[in-house]
Amino acid sequence: MISNQKEWMDALIERHGKERQKRFSAATVAVCGLGGLGSNIAIALARAGIGKLILVDFDKVDLTNLHRQQYKVSQIGMDKTEALAENLREINPYIELETHTVRITVENALPLLKNTDVICEAFDHAEAKAMLTNLVLEAMPETYLVAASGMAGFGSANTVKTRRIMKRFYLCGDEVSDVNGGIGLVSSRVMLCAAHQAHMVLRILTEEFET
Amino acid sequence: MVKINGEDKNAAGKTLAGYLASANFDPNRVAVERNGNIVPKSQYAELVLQDGDSLEIVSFVGGG
Repeated sequence: MISNQKEWMDALIERHGKERQKRFSAATVAVCGLGGLGSNIAIALARAGIGKLILVDFDKVDLTNLHRQQYKVSQIGMDKTEALAENLREINPYIELETHTVRITVENALPLLKNTDVICEAFDHAEAKAMLTNLVLEAMPETYLVAASGMAGFGSANTVKTRRIMKRFYLCGDEVSDVNGGIGLVSSRVMLCAAHQAHMVLRILTEEFET
Repeated sequence: MVKINGEDKNAAGKTLAGYLASANFDPNRVAVERNGNIVPKSQYAELVLQDGDSLEIVSFVGGG
């Protein structure tokens, strides 16, 4: 058992260093979509000791999610926001969580996502990915965006990468493997892409940008 | 010439919307950076590509 928050924080500082951990603890990161990408991103960020996560998804946990998303059989039928919050608190009892069980649209996104340092786009549909990307880059000039495109199938792990598009916009994935090409999403390759996204978030927070 | 996704293209004089259509991009699936800045969706129809412009067109595919 952890006896108090100081013990938890000391353990993080020992791994990440004091300056880095200070930035992680002070950060607010939004995860938009809590499927294969978002659930894995959130777990990596909670483990890293990010201060606050904003979790957004309208969907409920379904049996067909369990092959790649970080939920359990016992959570089938729960809102993904609620189920993920439960799992994250088991990992990091001190993380601040804000959950929104809604579908993000052009109309509601800005109030939901305001005051975030970094936003992770972790949707399933290409149109939704483009919508959020355009909205954040057009309307939130202080916020960084880490988006994902292309992680379906059994292709090589080594083609999943992080690319800097603009100072505030990073894209993870192989950029071509479409889920609609008849190939499904596979846990390991989706996790790779989620790991790229979570890792880029941590690098942004410590100003270690890709070139 | 207009540099688009790293390649020189004969696209000067076309609108961004026109170029996207001619190159088979779905405008609902893209985000376009031009000379370091995002191009607002509302400007796709009017924005005329200029000689020397540099564009990055990100075309999203599904899965997450």
